[in-house]
Amino acid sequence: MSTTTKSVKTTGRPARLLAILGLILIALVAAALIQGATVIRLGLDLRGGTSVTLQPRIAPGESGKVTNEAIDQAVSIIRQRVNSLGVAESEVTAQGSGTNRQIVISVPGDTGRRVVELVGQTAELRFRQVLASAASTATPDPAATAVTGVSEIVNAKFAALDCMKLENLQGTGSDAPSEIIAVCDRGGSTKYILAPAEVLGRQISKASAGLDTQAGSNWYVSLTFNGEGTTAFGALTTRVTSLNSPLNQVAIVLDGLVVSSPRINEPIPSGNAQITGSFTQLEAQDLANVLKYGALPLAFDRGEVQQISPTLGADQLDAGLIAGGLGLLLVFLYSLLYYRGLGLVTVGSLLIATALVYLLFLLLGEWIGFTLTLAGIAGAIVAIGVTADSFIIYFERIRDELREGKSLRTAAESGWLRARRTIIVADSVSIIASVLLYFFAVGGVRGFAFALGLTTLVDLVVVFAFTKPLVTILARLNFYSSGHPFSGLSAKSTGTLPVIKEA
Amino acid sequence: MSKLSGIGGRLYRGESAIDFIGKRRRWYALSALFILLSIAALALQGLHLGIEFKGGSSFTVTKVNASISDARTAIASTGVSGEVIVQNIGTDKVRVQTGALDTVQNNAVQDALASKFLVSAESIDTQIIGPSWGKEITRKALYGLFGFLICVMLYLAMAFEPKMSIAAIVAVLHDVFITVGIYALVGFDVTPATVIGFLTILGYSLYDTVVVFDKIRENTRTITASSKITYSQATNLAVNQTLIRSINTSLIALLPVGSILFVGAGLLGAGTLKDLSLALFIGLAVGTYSSVFIAPPVLAQLREREPAMIALAKRVNGRSATPTTFAPTVVAGGQSRGPRNQPKRKGRK
Repeated sequence: MSTTTKSVKTTGRPARLLAILGLILIALVAAALIQGATVIRLGLDLRGGTSVTLQPRIAPGESGKVTNEAIDQAVSIIRQRVNSLGVAESEVTAQGSGTNRQIVISVPGDTGRRVVELVGQTAELRFRQVLASAASTATPDPAATAVTGVSEIVNAKFAALDCMKLENLQGTGSDAPSEIIAVCDRGGSTKYILAPAEVLGRQISKASAGLDTQAGSNWYVSLTFNGEGTTAFGALTTRVTSLNSPLNQVAIVLDGLVVSSPRINEPIPSGNAQITGSFTQLEAQDLANVLKYGALPLAFDRGEVQQISPTLGADQLDAGLIAGGLGLLLVFLYSLLYYRGLGLVTVGSLLIATALVYLLFLLLGEWIGFTLTLAGIAGAIVAIGVTADSFIIYFERIRDELREGKSLRTAAESGWLRARRTIIVADSVSIIASVLLYFFAVGGVRGFAFALGLTTLVDLVVVFAFTKPLVTILARLNFYSSGHPFSGLSAKSTGTLPVIKEA
Repeated sequence: MSKLSGIGGRLYRGESAIDFIGKRRRWYALSALFILLSIAALALQGLHLGIEFKGGSSFTVTKVNASISDARTAIASTGVSGEVIVQNIGTDKVRVQTGALDTVQNNAVQDALASKFLVSAESIDTQIIGPSWGKEITRKALYGLFGFLICVMLYLAMAFEPKMSIAAIVAVLHDVFITVGIYALVGFDVTPATVIGFLTILGYSLYDTVVVFDKIRENTRTITASSKITYSQATNLAVNQTLIRSINTSLIALLPVGSILFVGAGLLGAGTLKDLSLALFIGLAVGTYSSVFIAPPVLAQLREREPAMIALAKRVNGRSATPTTFAPTVVAGGQSRGPRNQPKRKGRK
């Protein structure tokens, strides 16, 4: 049986592909070093902490639909509350899709109960007359800032209030509607004494941001009240408009913090009001969203609360790493036993894949806040199998080609052409699975799907840019092409009848 | 190991062949039996759902020699009623699972356990699941499942043939039924981690099927041009040719999953790792079976109904050759090769 050895067509240039892969690796390492990303960000289940998943729904007694804007608003309200705990790396995010998104709060360390109690309450919007306002720092002498008609307790609280302190920006529960209160604004720059609430968020029927093109380009927010709201807001504005500053201001208070405190220029009995000022588009839209949210506040169903102690976290991390190491080792052993010399290619490819995945985990932690969870580790370990499968598909194809009497150099190329398709289709199915899992699920599932999808992509890169070129190069070596007993390509191990020799 | 490769060579040339397609009734019957068993188990015993699906709280105290009775005393003192499950995990943990509790009750249980076992309340690993959460999770899992099946079906129909995608989905549904059945029968806990593992395995089972189908397609591309082999025979040859590959890929995939299961169940006792890998382990085994014994026969049956294939079968049977004698020739003739190999093959004939 003669095989043509002239002009073995090499698809691509193996050395160039290897060099490109090397450059990618170097670039990733450099990026990680420059960004200072030297440690993979671990999820709470690996280092201990509390995570709460909330399912937003319309507050009891209200009717309407949960909107995307409302969920975004809820996220920023809860973020404000959680940040007040001052725990570094706390996170509040909306996960999932559409209006069924869940809000996931994760706080490292052992703040457990406080987080749980803090995040579950419904945030309300109220309008209150401003009785006094001052810069945010604490004033030593309460008498200096005392406001007549306000109880001593509130006066003292106002004097001592330091809005630079995170705990004063928590908001929740500090604004009983029928009381005079001392509170901060959202940004922590101003503190206020506010009268009891006169108009409620639920009395708003519409709010939107608009652009006034007549007088230059000024952004404004317009809002419309319902029947009750019109009466209440009309009475409030009529009463305060003629007073001196700051008594002629009305504060819009969301979740116990002042969002805005516009001055009332004239009585507004019509129920249609406009808030103007030097708004940017973003600020105007933010305020409109706050008002809309106030019109239909969300309640939060506590879906899942998970408190993991640092000890358990460390145990889980160890277990994940041991499982990963063991899995990798077993796959190494199996490929070396079964594929002998070719097994070395598997080992090399898996090591490269591991390095790429590790670097990507580092960098994605820096770039998009990716955190590695236990489920993520499991996903990466499962992907070892998927990755190794690609090599098997390729190797078995090479052997098939050898069985048809081709030389190794030809087999490495024609086998690749056929294996490539199978690998792409099979990996695509895997990627479809991970993308769907990622978008349909919350929490741990997302971590798993992300890791699985990422490692499958890495698998494609490694197979194309490392495994294939390496096999092409090795096929030129006598050890492999002559079918050495330990090469994994001997006639005996492939079951080829006639022994193949390069002509 | 090299023995296995030797077998690979013989299977490839069709010298030793396992009749996967011809004996399909046998495999169908076996699977039907398993599916019936699964349905029976599901109807009689149902699935053992974790608290994630039912709502409830789980408290794990890490303390050497923590006793179940101490934990029960502590719970009793809080006045929490209803079903309370207390179990030891490993040698240094005790886990208490209750029904759905409110925040005050949850705190009370934490405090009672903390003072009973002399640990801080913060060190108790706690998981609280709201009563409506389970529905949400179940809904999402089902969406994920159907979304996945539809996407994959479309993708396979595009990448392969529509009938291949039907056969692949039949195999996947087969895997779903049997895996769920095993869970019902054995009474393993079903948690969200189980569901993730399960969805992953659907992907994996398809991966295996895809490899087999790829070979079938290659073997049957030009099949109607000659009258040497029927579609079923070509399919059977493909399954045999990819058998070693299927075994190898499944084994290689099982190794890491097995190590997660070993470490997860051994070192941690319970939780995400164990649930996930158990589902993967069972699903992988069932998935490998179906990609060899279910998907190809179903495909062959579907295709054999086509007029072109019926005509082909008539022609082939007219020649009344037996499969074993012509199998090696088929390898040479039935395969589609690159254009540069074509003349050489003619010369060899």
